[in-house]
This record gives sequence, structure tokens and C-alpha cells, in this order.
Amino acid sequence: MNEKKINLTLKIWRQVSPKSPGNFSEYKIAVSPDSSFLEMLDEINNDLESRSLEPIAFESDCREGICGTCGLVINGEPHGPLRKIATCQLHMRNFKDGDTIYVEPFRAKAFPLVKDLIVDRSAMDRIMEAGGFISVNTGSIPDANAIQVPKDIASEAMDAASCIGCGACVASCKNASAMLFVSAKVSQFALLPQGQTERYNRVEAMVKKMDELGFGACSNTYACEAECPKGISVKNIARMNREYFMAKVKSDNVEV
Amino acid sequence: MIKLDSKVPAGKLEEKWTNHKFNMKLVNPANKRKYDVIVVGTGLAGASAAASLGELGYNVQAFTYHDSARRAHSIAAQGGINAAKNYQNDGDSVYRLFYDTIKGGDFRSRESNVYRLAEVSNNIIDQCVAQGVPFAREYGGSLDNRSFGGALVSRTFYAKGQTGQQLLLGAYTAMNRQINLGKVKLFTRREMLDIVVIDGVAKGIIVRNLLTGEIEKHSAHAVILATGGYSNVFFLSTNAMNCNTTAIWRAHKRGAAFADPCFTQIHPTCLPVHGEGQSKLTLMSESLRNDGRIWVSKKKQDMRKPNDIPEEERDYYLERKYPTYGNLSPRDISSRAAKEAVDDGRGAQGQDAVYLDFSDAINRLGAKTIEERYGNLFEIYETITGDNPYKTPMKIYPAPHYTMGGLWVDYNLMSSIPGLFVAGEANFSDHGANRLGASALMQGLADGYFVIPYTIGNYLGGDKPTLVKTDHPEFDKVKKEVEDQTAKLLSIKGKRTVDDIHKQLGRYMWNKVGMARNEKGLKEVVEEIKELREEFWKNVNVVGNSNDVNQCLERAGRVADYLELGELMALDALDRNESCGGHFREEYQTEEGEALRNDDDYAYVSAWEFQDVGKWKLHKEHLEFESVKLATRSYK
Repeated sequence: MNEKKINLTLKIWRQVSPKSPGNFSEYKIAVSPDSSFLEMLDEINNDLESRSLEPIAFESDCREGICGTCGLVINGEPHGPLRKIATCQLHMRNFKDGDTIYVEPFRAKAFPLVKDLIVDRSAMDRIMEAGGFISVNTGSIPDANAIQVPKDIASEAMDAASCIGCGACVASCKNASAMLFVSAKVSQFALLPQGQTERYNRVEAMVKKMDELGFGACSNTYACEAECPKGISVKNIARMNREYFMAKVKSDNVEV
Repeated sequence: MIKLDSKVPAGKLEEKWTNHKFNMKLVNPANKRKYDVIVVGTGLAGASAAASLGELGYNVQAFTYHDSARRAHSIAAQGGINAAKNYQNDGDSVYRLFYDTIKGGDFRSRESNVYRLAEVSNNIIDQCVAQGVPFAREYGGSLDNRSFGGALVSRTFYAKGQTGQQLLLGAYTAMNRQINLGKVKLFTRREMLDIVVIDGVAKGIIVRNLLTGEIEKHSAHAVILATGGYSNVFFLSTNAMNCNTTAIWRAHKRGAAFADPCFTQIHPTCLPVHGEGQSKLTLMSESLRNDGRIWVSKKKQDMRKPNDIPEEERDYYLERKYPTYGNLSPRDISSRAAKEAVDDGRGAQGQDAVYLDFSDAINRLGAKTIEERYGNLFEIYETITGDNPYKTPMKIYPAPHYTMGGLWVDYNLMSSIPGLFVAGEANFSDHGANRLGASALMQGLADGYFVIPYTIGNYLGGDKPTLVKTDHPEFDKVKKEVEDQTAKLLSIKGKRTVDDIHKQLGRYMWNKVGMARNEKGLKEVVEEIKELREEFWKNVNVVGNSNDVNQCLERAGRVADYLELGELMALDALDRNESCGGHFREEYQTEEGEALRNDDDYAYVSAWEFQDVGKWKLHKEHLEFESVKLATRSYK
């Protein structure tokens, strides 16, 4: 436990609604280094509310880095300066007394702003709904051990499946591409024996939806991997490109 | 006036569910599309129910207050999910899983429900594997298992330390498939604020659109609540920030009995509180207790660093008191033992904390093996605390984690309001007075995939409920009441913030309705909560307006409900003059300080009927034990 507080200046993006103009508002706070970044925002909000001022709208839920709800651009980086953590896992001991911190929402064409630091990331769900599943009904299935999966394949699929759907990859990409997000799901199912039946239809459907929704193309700068709180590898993008190519060669969806 | 009928089928324990499934009414496949079902909540129980009902052909409307159906707090479960597969050939069976769960719950749950849970546990693993859930594997390609508290067999399936995430994403993808097929319509950013009951039957819900503030009416032939537990009544808990009791509490106020509200689980391995600004507590998976050893100093107020305390001056109190189960003793027992050590002045460096030490396991197995098993958990720990658990023992302390209590349901998971079903943590059904590790995921998915899809059919095919349109006057009446409450909250404009009052309630609950309770404290806290509730309605400051994103208003509505629920929890704890599972009454303990159950007088489920704010009527469902013998729960 650390009793000594650090003094910070925060410049936080405030925007009442999607159509109104936004701007940075300044807040000063003395905060415990043991506090998390979001606990610091809680403190600011509690102070605003006690003065009958509207609190800063931001989203978070589990505060353990797994639900993917939170996501702020802190000093220009999605989820802040540390690697492999979500915003909720960032603690104030990583900042110095006297620092000025800029806080903005995730910005992307496919993520319209809702209010202050909240954006609408539902486009990612639309991609998942288009094909990010294995078509199996409840019941009517073999014993779990009837499907054997080599340990290294299971673990590679698990690494891809770790994606928390926060959208940091999109926010970090200069093209606002969702390739890392989509490729993580495509890879998980392409690797596993359970995913083989729909392998090519899946990747086609998901990529098609992704393009429709206004996400950009991959620029191979790997900013997405660097900012991903779960360290999802860009190898998944390479695998998705292969899958997509094979799909175009093999699938029945002939485009004329 | 509520009449409790558990509807437990007759016959032998092993045959009840099979016979019941045969005896249930079926809905003709062509008729299923004529039925609408509302599912509130898209966690494990809600998403799996929505997906399975969509597959069957029903029209499902699913609601979540999140921006996406993938965010529910099921996602944070780390350790694993139990099933009686006996893949390890170590003597497991459906009966053993059933027995462990009944015993773990300290004989305060229904035999029939728990047996069914154990029975369908195996189907869940099959289902999840088929969906592509990447469970951990052995080198030969088979599924791997580990052990968990309260069991002497290895029956826990896991996906790294992210089992809940992978199972939820499995259910989410199954539901997405139904959304794609048009059988499930998903409503995100909607918070349920009331249910509509017409002629005693559930006919729909009232929700607030969290983006526009619009109060919406939705109707269906049946309503399922899968809205999770109420640990956030303590303010600080391992639950996510938005977890709340509002959906089940408002249903309770419309006639659904609330069962065993005082049965709350305090999880032994959470990170200690860092200070006043703390917003929630973080759980470290119980699986850490497979290799970590828990200890405190033998001396009081020992301020030395843990590595400076020599071996002979350490008290490995769980191993000492419970040699058979040791560090894998069940959660309630481990939590209480930690509290005892801290109350005795032997907390880690004078704090409310005990040590969880991996040095023996690292010496025995090597740091690499430990990293493979728990690497991500160790990283989480270091990120939050700044300490490296490979070098210095973790500091942990118990925190509110799970609520075994919830809305009362019969064997069909229907509440005391016909047409209103309750699944997952939101109901009280399977865990009695204490839940064993890796059983919450099992229950959520059992309810959603394998129980409700059958029992809903029985209700729709048997009762043949009609659909009431949302222009019915009762829908407008309930909608108006919701709007009035919103207006009232916004009009108070008092001096205290919502969080400030919530924190005060949390302190009351933790101190007097937490790990240890007594008559005097409970009587005091009932009065304190009443006063605080009065103050809330006079002096809270809810900022902003109702037709916009307003998170302050959202929190205020939830805290208003906690201020009523907290009182009921205390009253329930006061009624139960015994100690069992997570409910420890200081007056009722053995000479060795263990829980002293009273089966003659308290082998019942408390089901509380709401009469008015602060006024309830208690109904009792007596628990019949036909298969197991009530025994003192010993883990020594």
C-alpha cells in the first residue's frame, strides 16, 4: 500500500452526442499510485456528481481485462502505454507526479461515437453473426473425447480464441482494419477439427461482412498486434489470408 | 399469496429427470414458431437458453444491458467447469459429483435438482467441445482435467485460466448463429426495469433503452431471467461493475419468491483492498490452491517481509486444521479460516491478508511448469499489485463472489409467478449454502442448454399461455410506474452521490452480513439499512436527465434495489439460527469453531414473499433427503 499520492492533469474528451462538437476538458487530480486508471476516473466522476455536474461517460465492466468492455486511447495509444493489458488493468504507478494525460475514445469509421468516451462497436458482432460459429445444435453430438485434438493445436487455437473483442486493433490501425479481430476467430476454427466442415464458407462470409461495414484493409504495420491486450499474433492475419485464398479457389460460391 | 410446490417428480433419484422428460408436454415443431420467449441476460445461462430455444424453433428475444452479448460476467470465470466424465479413471461418477455438490452445499439444496445437474454435466462438455471451445488437452489429444476445492477427484475441465470466457464465447457463437438465421432477435443496451404480470402470469418486460432513455414494452408467451447474482450489494465484490439485482428484485416485488438471500459466497482467494478509491475486487482462481500453500506468521503483528519469516515460524493453517483437504478445502471454510487468522492479529504484515506461497511448488516442479499452469494469473497479480509472485508470496483475502440465493424456482426452473423462469446464478436452485468451485459454469450451462429448453416446452404445451399485446393497459401501467421512479430519482437533487451511499451500504453488509454474523449485529444492521434507505430517497444526487446516456441514473436505480435487498438478506440470516455453508452465525459453532448445522429445525429453503418495502412473509420449503444421509460436513 502506498499512501503518497501523485498529482496529474487530465485532458479528457467530452462530447455530448454524436452530432455535437467535442473538445478536451481539463481535470486535476491527486491519486493513489495503487489506483487503477478507471478508479481514477471514478474518483473524478464522484467529485463531478457531488457538484451536480455530469460525470464523464465511459464504459467498463469486469475490470479484470477479460470482458472487453473498456477501451480508451491514453496519450495516443489504445489501452495506454503498457503492452498486453486492457485499460482497466492500467495502474497509476505507471505515471509520474506532474504528468499530463490525454484521454480519448477509440476512433474508427465503423465505431461511431455515442457520448464522451463511449463508442458503438456493434459492427464487430455483426461480423461474428455472419459466420463466426460452428453450426451444431444442442444435443446430438459425440462424446467429447471422440474428437481428439493435438495439444499444440489446441493451444494455438486457444491463443487465437483469447481475443476479448475490445476493438483496440481497429482503433490502432491507420486504416481502421478489423483483420486481427476477424482472423483470430477464423484461425481458432480453421485449426480445430470441429471447424473443418464450414471452414471456407465461414471465412468468406466474415470477410464479406467486414468489408461491408466500413473496416479498412490491412496495412501490415502490425500496430494491432502491438496494442492488443491479449497479444493476438498477426500470424492469424496471414492464416486468414490463406484461408480466404483457398476459399476462393475451393468454395462453391462462384461469383460471376 | 404464494404457494410453494417444488414439482419434484416421483420415483428414484436416478430416474426422476428421465421420467419427467418423458411425461412432459411437447410442442409440435410446426407450432413452436408461434411462441415468443423473452430471455433477459446473455451470460452463460441466457445465451445458451436463447441459442437452444432458437434451434428448437421458438421466436426468441434476448436482452442485455451490455453493448454486446459477449460481455456478461460469466466471461471472468477463470478456473474451470466440472463434469462427471471420469476421464481420469479416479473413481468419479454422476453420483459422486451429485454427492460432493450436496455435501459442499452443506445439505441445503434439493436432491433432485442437484442430481439432474450432475447428470447433464457430461452433455455440457460434449456440447462445448463440438462448438469449438479450446479446452486444455493431454499430449495424446484427450481432454485434460484438474482438481478443485471440495473434491478428491480431478473432474474440472479448463481452457487456460479463461474457461468462463471460452464457454461464454461458445454460447455466444451458438446464439449468433440463431441471430443470423433470424430465430433470435438481440436487443443490446437495454436494462430490464420491471416485469408485467397479468392475471398472475408473466407476460412481458419493461426495459430502458440505455442510449435514448426510452422506456420500452416487450411481450412474450414466457419470460426467462438469467441476470446473475447480487454480490454487488457489498459494493466491493469480484462481480463486474454493472452486475446488479434489479431484474430479479423487481420480479420479486411483482410476486416471485426470493429464496435463501443470506447464502452468499465469500471467495477465499481475492486480492486485498488497496484503499478507499477501490472500485471492485479481483479474484485469483481457486486453481492456484492446487500448488500454492496458504500461511500466516505464528506471531501476531509480524511486520517482517514474508521471505524473512523462517519456515518454523509459519502457520500453514489449512494444512494444519484440515489435513485431508488442506489447501483445497472448500471456499466457505478457507475464507473463515483466513478471517480467523486476521482477527487473531496474524494478517500478512498487519494487513487484512494472508499469504499464498508458490515457492515449494517452484522448487519441486520448476518455475517453467508453474508458468505454464498459472502464467496468466501471475501476470494479472503483478499488473495489479506490482509484486512478482514467482519471488514473493501473493497476498490474498476473501471477498464476496457469488450468491447461492436467488429467485425461488421449482424443478422446472419456474418461479412462483407462472410463465417466469429463472436460470443460472439468478435462481437459488443447486448450490445450497455454499457453491463448490467450477460449479457455476456447470449450472449456468445446464440450465440453459439442457433444462429450460425442455421445461419451457412443457409450460407452453401444457398451460397454452396466450400472447398479450403491449397495448394492454397493464403494460402502460407498469411502464408509467417505471417512468415515475426515474423521474423521482432525478428530482431528489440531494447532497450525497450514488456511490457514496452504495459504499456505506457495502460497509454495513460486509461488517454485519459478511463472513460471520450474529443476532445483535443483524438486528442493528436492519435498522441501519432502513435509515440509509430513507436517506437515499431524500438526499441522493442523481445528475443528468432521463432521455440520454445516463450512467448515474443507471447506478441509482440499482442501489435503490440493493437498499431493499440488503435488509432481506439480514432478516434471512437472522431467521436461520444455525450455521451452514457460507452462512456462519457466531452463536452456532462447535468448540473447534466449525459451523454447527441444525437439521431438525432448519432443513428448509427460506422463500420470502414481498408484501411491501421492508415487509415480507416467510414460506418454507422443507428439504427431503431420500438418497443421502445428513452428515456433519468434515474436510479434516
